[in-house]
Amino acid sequence: MSMNRRTIIKGAIATGVAAQTIKISAAVAQAGPIRVGFLTVKTGPLASGGLQMEQGLLTFFRERNNMLAGRPVELHTQDTAGNPAQARTKTQELVERLKVSCIIGPLAAFEALAIDDYIRSSQTPILTVAGAEDMTQRKPNPWLVRPSSTSAQPSHPLGDYAAKDLKLKRVAVLADDFAFGHENAAGFQRVFEDNGGKVVQKLFTPLNAPDYGTYIAQLKSNLDGVYTGHAGSNGFKFIKQLREYGSKTQILGGFTPVDESLLQQMGDDALGAITGNWYSAELDFPINKRFVAAIQKEYKVDPGVYAAETYLCGEVLDHAVKQVKGNVEDKPTFMKALKEAKVPETLRGPVSFDDLGNVVGNIYIRKVERKGGKLVNAVVKTYPNVDQFWPYKREEFLKSPVYSRDFPPAKNLEN
Amino acid sequence: MQWQFWIIQTLNSLAFGGLLFLLSSGFSLIFGLMRIPNLAHGAFFMLGAYFGYSMLARGGNFWLVALVAGLGVGIIGIALERLVLRQISGNEQGQVLVTLGVSFIIADICLLAWTGDPMPLPAPQALRPPLRFAGYAFPTYRLVVLGIALVAAIGLYFLMERTRIGAMIRAGVDDMEMARGVGIPVSRLFTAVFLLGASLAGIGGVLGGPILNAYPGLDADMLPLALIVVILGGAGSLLGAFVGSFVVGFLYNFGIALAPDLAYFVLFLPMVLVLVFLPQGLFGRVQM
Repeated sequence: MSMNRRTIIKGAIATGVAAQTIKISAAVAQAGPIRVGFLTVKTGPLASGGLQMEQGLLTFFRERNNMLAGRPVELHTQDTAGNPAQARTKTQELVERLKVSCIIGPLAAFEALAIDDYIRSSQTPILTVAGAEDMTQRKPNPWLVRPSSTSAQPSHPLGDYAAKDLKLKRVAVLADDFAFGHENAAGFQRVFEDNGGKVVQKLFTPLNAPDYGTYIAQLKSNLDGVYTGHAGSNGFKFIKQLREYGSKTQILGGFTPVDESLLQQMGDDALGAITGNWYSAELDFPINKRFVAAIQKEYKVDPGVYAAETYLCGEVLDHAVKQVKGNVEDKPTFMKALKEAKVPETLRGPVSFDDLGNVVGNIYIRKVERKGGKLVNAVVKTYPNVDQFWPYKREEFLKSPVYSRDFPPAKNLEN
Repeated sequence: MQWQFWIIQTLNSLAFGGLLFLLSSGFSLIFGLMRIPNLAHGAFFMLGAYFGYSMLARGGNFWLVALVAGLGVGIIGIALERLVLRQISGNEQGQVLVTLGVSFIIADICLLAWTGDPMPLPAPQALRPPLRFAGYAFPTYRLVVLGIALVAAIGLYFLMERTRIGAMIRAGVDDMEMARGVGIPVSRLFTAVFLLGASLAGIGGVLGGPILNAYPGLDADMLPLALIVVILGGAGSLLGAFVGSFVVGFLYNFGIALAPDLAYFVLFLPMVLVLVFLPQGLFGRVQM
């Protein structure tokens, strides 16, 4: 019964929108709205990031009055609940029933991998935010662009910074024991060790570890720093517990642990943490200032990477839609425009793409500081136009195996 | 390895075991009496943490907040027992599924009410600086949690062994039909045990908060631990929950410290062994 009612209401809305668009778009070659599919997570333990993704994207479309290149936009949001099978079903629904021209999302790498072959066979352009390295490396999907970063892209410059600028010698690396954590930590280790640093301890913690006390108690007392590649509430928990155990060591991290959305709750425990990221709410670009103000006004929170990445997807989408003059129905041309997009100004600075669909853009080294009574990720150094292979040569990089638990091997572990 | 390592990991194990006892003692009592695992128990724990967060944010006294939040969760436990489980009494499979459903509902309500961001519960100011000895540090608060767990264990022991209601609960666990036959008001007993069990989970949630924080998924992280404790220790036995909690605390900490690659394994292997060779658990009163 409720199903029927919902369908009827949806139908009514769709008819209403269609009727409107015919009036508005009479001047444009294509009739009807651009249908954009959005896969996010609104229920379950991953919902925190998913809801912020939605905030970012809604903010983007609100700013543009739901128009791209003169055509109205119809946004279809689907909740995957962070479940790969459901992500697959919802993707099919978006493509086959709702006839979307492109998809933004999904949140998690395992969801992105679950829909990978369907995206290929249905030839649906997708702007993804998931980090899995090989989606744009050894097994690239021709229908995918990734405007945010791979799992390890921001870890490479941080490894460089930790070795050369901070002159750290001995670091322990801890991360969640799943693909993202392995890749994120591996990128740091590789560049850090290639520049003279040593990873002397490497511990992967189960994703649902309730307590890190036993890991923290194992950390050596003569470390120069601890790198955390934990995501979401795990990074939050890890840093708080590290300080609870009285450790004052330098905290280093990937782009997940001291996200702006968690920072105020973390309090002084996070002070001084240095992380590598493609974004900071502190970035001084006019677009970013406008974005941060809009999110703060509408949702009373600071935007972190989750909100920023969907907004960024919107900017890249906007650019490509303009390039094809609104004709998103010609999928090969539209996909080409997405991949060749060179957007001079976005909330993270200029972005372009390599031929594998991954972003080339700035990576920022950020330090948690207190500014006007508030904790912020102040940018201390910018690595301009970093691609997914930096600082390595592409051929050499692609020849070696994908980052994992054991690659690159940790040669300097001490027991 | 240095001796400090062993001391710190032993303290870790004890403190974690203490927290587990607060979580699983109520779970075990409910399991023993009603013959069903209350799969909403992890959600009760999480709800306690969230209640605690909100009350602490309004400046409540930590210990008072723990009691009030625990009582609040206890009342929700009564509601679950009276309004839902009672309606389908006799259908044990249905009851188990209902508690699982309730845990999902509680989890999504928490998501709505407290958003998906992790919320830290501040420990009482005086307990925040870590204790230091011989160049090593250990969080003071965790030792206090251990102390509270021990006090709670003694309190529960007296309740179960020395009071009339405790005797009735034990009778119900041992033989429901006989208990009913000799005139024990079993129906009211169910409610009392649910109040007690859920309150303990809620208090555990607040006390665990400064260590674990309140976050979506806390329920799912904690529930398997409660299950393991009860399977090891045996359902319905306070002593079982007590011993099981500390066994799990030690297994978890030393297992991970000595064989980090087996982190997923260290808890479940002993559980499987116990299920195979000693299905009632170490001190179990009921057959599972």
